[in-house]
Amino acid sequence: MLDVGRHPNIELLAYSEVEKVDGQAGDFRVTVRRKARYVEEDKCTGCGACKEKCPTIVPDAFNEWLGERKAIYSWFAQGIPSTHTIDPAHCRQLNGKKCGVCKKGCKADAINFDQKERIVELNVAAIIVATGYDVFAPSRIPEYQYGKIANVVTAIEFERLLSASGPTGGHLDRPSDRAIEAEIEELEKKANRSQKVIAKFEEQHGEASGEFYARYEKGEYSGDEERGKWAEKYQEHLAIVEPLKALKKKAGGFTAAKRLAFIQCVGSRDFRFYPFCSGYCCMHSIKEAIIAHEHGSETTSAIFGMDIRAVGKGFEEYKVRGGNNSNIRYVRGRVAEITEGPNNNPVVIYEDTRERKVKDEEFDLVILATACAPNSGVKQLADLLDIEIDNFGFYKTSATQPLDTTRPGIFVCGCAHGPMDIPESVAQASSAAARAVQTVTASEQMRKAS
Amino acid sequence: MSEKMDKKKVTPEDIRIGVYICDCGTNIAGHIDCSAVTSYAAKLPNVVYAKENLYTCSESGIAEIINGIKEHNLNRVVVASCSPRTHQPLFQSSCSQAGMNPYLFEMANIRDQCSWVHMQQREGGTEKAKDLVRMAAAKAAFLEPQKDIEASLVARTLVIGGGVAGLSAAEGLAGMGIEVILIEQESELGGLLRQIDTLGPEGDKASERVSGLIGALTARPNATIYTDSKMEEISGYIGNYDVTIRQEGKDQAIKEKVGCIVVATGALPLRPEGLFGYNGTNVITQIELEQRLKDKTCDAKDVVMIQCAGARSKEWQYCSRICCMIAVKNALIIKKQNPEANVHILYRDMQMYGTEKEKMLWEARGIGIRFDIYSADDPPDVKDGQVRFYQPLMGQTREIPSDLVVLSTPMVPREDAPELSQMMRVSIDQNNFFMEAHAKLRPLDFATDGIFVAGSARYPATVEEARSQGLGVASRVATILFKDKLVTSAIVAEINPETCVGCLGCQQMCPYEAITYNPELNVCEVNTILCKGCGCCASTCPSHSAQLRGFKPQQLLRQIRAV
Repeated sequence: MLDVGRHPNIELLAYSEVEKVDGQAGDFRVTVRRKARYVEEDKCTGCGACKEKCPTIVPDAFNEWLGERKAIYSWFAQGIPSTHTIDPAHCRQLNGKKCGVCKKGCKADAINFDQKERIVELNVAAIIVATGYDVFAPSRIPEYQYGKIANVVTAIEFERLLSASGPTGGHLDRPSDRAIEAEIEELEKKANRSQKVIAKFEEQHGEASGEFYARYEKGEYSGDEERGKWAEKYQEHLAIVEPLKALKKKAGGFTAAKRLAFIQCVGSRDFRFYPFCSGYCCMHSIKEAIIAHEHGSETTSAIFGMDIRAVGKGFEEYKVRGGNNSNIRYVRGRVAEITEGPNNNPVVIYEDTRERKVKDEEFDLVILATACAPNSGVKQLADLLDIEIDNFGFYKTSATQPLDTTRPGIFVCGCAHGPMDIPESVAQASSAAARAVQTVTASEQMRKAS
Repeated sequence: MSEKMDKKKVTPEDIRIGVYICDCGTNIAGHIDCSAVTSYAAKLPNVVYAKENLYTCSESGIAEIINGIKEHNLNRVVVASCSPRTHQPLFQSSCSQAGMNPYLFEMANIRDQCSWVHMQQREGGTEKAKDLVRMAAAKAAFLEPQKDIEASLVARTLVIGGGVAGLSAAEGLAGMGIEVILIEQESELGGLLRQIDTLGPEGDKASERVSGLIGALTARPNATIYTDSKMEEISGYIGNYDVTIRQEGKDQAIKEKVGCIVVATGALPLRPEGLFGYNGTNVITQIELEQRLKDKTCDAKDVVMIQCAGARSKEWQYCSRICCMIAVKNALIIKKQNPEANVHILYRDMQMYGTEKEKMLWEARGIGIRFDIYSADDPPDVKDGQVRFYQPLMGQTREIPSDLVVLSTPMVPREDAPELSQMMRVSIDQNNFFMEAHAKLRPLDFATDGIFVAGSARYPATVEEARSQGLGVASRVATILFKDKLVTSAIVAEINPETCVGCLGCQQMCPYEAITYNPELNVCEVNTILCKGCGCCASTCPSHSAQLRGFKPQQLLRQIRAV
C-alpha cells in the first residue's frame, strides 16, 4: 500500500468517485468528484492530534462497528494516504454546533470547515476497475439469527476480534460479554454519581446510609421530608448497585471464546441468494481457526461445510495440518439452524451427513463464512462506464480476454471480476496492468503513425 | 549525497543517531514498555534524538523520520520495529528522501524477535528490547555510506514454453513493445491444450483457442519463435542473460541475449500406473478420454469417473485444482454426445470454486449425472466392469456397472523441472512445482530476480487462469525492462585482492555462483549483480579478504560487544 502511495508514477485520488467517462480506448476523459474531507491534503501530516481532541464518538466501520472512532478519523492506522477526514454526518461544527476543537489542536493548520468538493478531469488511455466486492449480509438468512444472537458473527467481524489492533486487542472476547462489560461501565458511572449524592446526606447526618435506611424502613423518621429524600436517593442507589454487583459476578466468569463453529456457504451455493461458490471462504475459515488456536491452545473449532474447497497451492496440506495440529474438526453438512442456549451460547443444529444423524452442539462463538457478493454499486458503475454485467452480478469478461470488459480500454481484476483469493487477485492485477499498457502502447503507435 | 559524507570523513564523534521506536499498534507496545525503551535509547552514546511512533511505517511515521533527519541533522537512523525483510526498504528510501545515505540506516527487530516471543514477560521483554536497540545503535555508528549498484539491461525476454501461459506472456510482452523469444520443445505450439477437445460444455473448441493465441503472437513483428527447441545453457544475471538454445536436427546452437526469463513449462497429467486397474482401454485418464471425445469414439454406456485418482494421497498430497472441473465438463460432453449414457462421478470434495464451475456442477446434477462421495480410507475398487465403493453418506457399499472408468489424475510437474530449476538457480517446492517468491503477494515472481513463472509450472491452472498469469508475468517483466538501467542493493560481498590468496574456499560456498576465479591475479572476484549479500563467503574466507558490506567484522563486533 505504501509502495503505491510513494510511487512516482502513481497519483492517488482517495475519497473520490468517478462521475463520468467520455472518449474511447487510448483517449478517455474521466470526471472525478473529490469529496470534501474538510482537511487540507497537502497540510495534514496524519499525526492524529485532531482525533485525540475530538469529542464526538462514532461507531468504527473499519472495525465492523465493533469499536469506536472519532468524527475526525483516518480509516485505519496504516491507511494510505494518512490524511484525516471529517465525517460530515457526525461532526459537531459541520452540524451547526459550537466546537472546532480539532482545528485548535491541529498544529499543521490543515482543518478547513469550508472545504468544498472538487471536480477533477483526467485524460487516460485505459481504465482498470478494481472495486472489489461486498460482504453478504447474513441477516437475510433467518435461520442463522445473525443480529439476534449476539455470539453469531461474520468472518470479517471475527478477523477484527482476532486482530491485535482490533477493538479487543486480539483477545477473543464474545460480543455478548463485551455488551455486559459495556453495561457494567455505564452502571459504574451512574453508581459513582449516586454515591456522591448520598455521600452528602451521610456527611450532613454523620451516619452511613445503610444504617439510617434500616431505621427509616422501621418507620422511625416518618414525616421527616429531608430524610425521606435521603431514603429515596438511597433506594435509587441500590437499584443501580445491586444489578451492578450481579453483573460483575457474572463478568468474573467470562473467558475468551474457546469453542468455535465456522459455518461455510453463508449466502453462497444457495439459490435463495448467490448460486456460485465464493472460493476463498473455506480457506479463511481454516486460517481463522488456526490463528484462534495460536491465541489459546485449548481452542477447538468445528468447520461445517458441504465440500471443503482447498484448491490453491499448499491449501490441501494446510487444511490437513489444521486438522492434525490445531484442533480443527471438519464436519460435512449444511447447518440447518442456530438457536441460543444458556450463557448466550449459540447452539448449532445440523445433520452430520457422515454419521447420518441430526445433532445439536453448543459453542462459545459461531462464525459465518459470508458470500463474496457483487458490489452494491456494481450496476451504477457499469452504467457509468458503459460496460456489461454477467449472470452472477460481476463485470462481464470473455474467456479469451479474461481481463477485458465489454468496452475496449476498460479492464477488470480481482473480486469485481468474480470471487477469488489473494494470489489470484494479485496475478490478475498484474495482467490488467499488462492489458492497460498494451492499450497505451497501441494508442501511442497510432499517434506516431498518424 | 554520499560524496559529501565521504569527504567529511565522519568520525564517531560526529555521529548523530536518531532512534525511532515503533509501537506497531499493540503488537509491540502491548507487550513491552516502548516509552521506557525510547527514553533509554535517548541516553545511548551518539543518539541525539529518540521518538516513539504508533506505526513508524505509516505515512506520519515516515514523515517523522524525514523531519527528524532534517531538524536534528541526523546522519544515522535506527528503527526498532518489525522485520527488516518487509520494512527495511521503506525506511531506507525515506532516509534517502531526506538526503541521508540509505546505507547508514539500521534496524532492530523488537517485534518478531522480542514482543511476540515474550508476550507474558513485560519486564524481561522491555530489557531485551533495550539490548537490541543498544546493539543496533552501536553498529549504526560504524556503518559506511554506500552507492547502489547500476548495470545495463537487455530489453528482450525469453519465454520457455509455448502453452497458454507462455503464449499469453509472449503476446503480452510483444504487445507492450518488448522483444520476445519463445522456445517450445515440441514441434507445435499450444501445449496441453492441443490434446483437449472442448473447453466447456458449450462446445468452445480448444483448437480454436490455440490457433487464436498463436495467431495473436505470430502477428507481432517483435516475437521470435523456436519450436523443437530446448534451453541448453544459461549464464548471466538479471538484465544480462546469455542463453544457448538447441533446436532439434540443427547442428548450430542458437545464442540469444535476454534481460528476463519467463518459465511457462506447464505440467502433465499423471499416468496412474497401478492405480484403480488403469489399462488405457476401459480404465483411462481424463486426457485419454479427451482424445476419444475429439474423435467421437466414446460409446460407453456406463461411465464412472473417479476423482483424486492419485491426488490428495501420501505420494501427491496436493489438490490438483482443475480435475473436478475437467471431470464435470467431460461428463456433460458425454451426456451431450449420448444422452442415454449413465455417468457417475465418485468424489471426495467437488472443487468447483467460483461462478462458472459451480454453475456447471448444478447443470450436471440437473441432467442426471450422478455424484457419489467416497472415503479416502476406503477407495473404490474397479473390477470386471464393476466399480465397488463405500458411500459414507448412505452407510452402504454400492456396486455400479461400468464399461468405462475414467480416472481424474492430478497434474504433476514435468520430469525435467528439477533440472531446469538448477540450471536457472530458482526454487521448486516439495512437489517439484516451481516456487514463487511469496505465496500471496508475489505469485508470479521467483526469489531470483529477473526470472518469472506462470501457469501450471507453478501450480495447476485452468486455461483462463494460465492466460491471466501469462499476461500478468508480462507486466512483471515490464517493470524491469521498461527502465533504462538496473539498480540493485550495495549490500554485497567484496574481496580484497591484496590479501586474497585464491584458495577458492568462497567460490565453493557461494550459493549464487557469484564468485569467479581470476587466474591472472590469482584472486577470487565477486559479481555484484549476482551476489545476494548472504555472507557465506565472508564467513568462510580464512584470510578475511571476503567481507560483506554493511556487515564487516568491525561493524558486527561493535554490535556484539554492545550486548
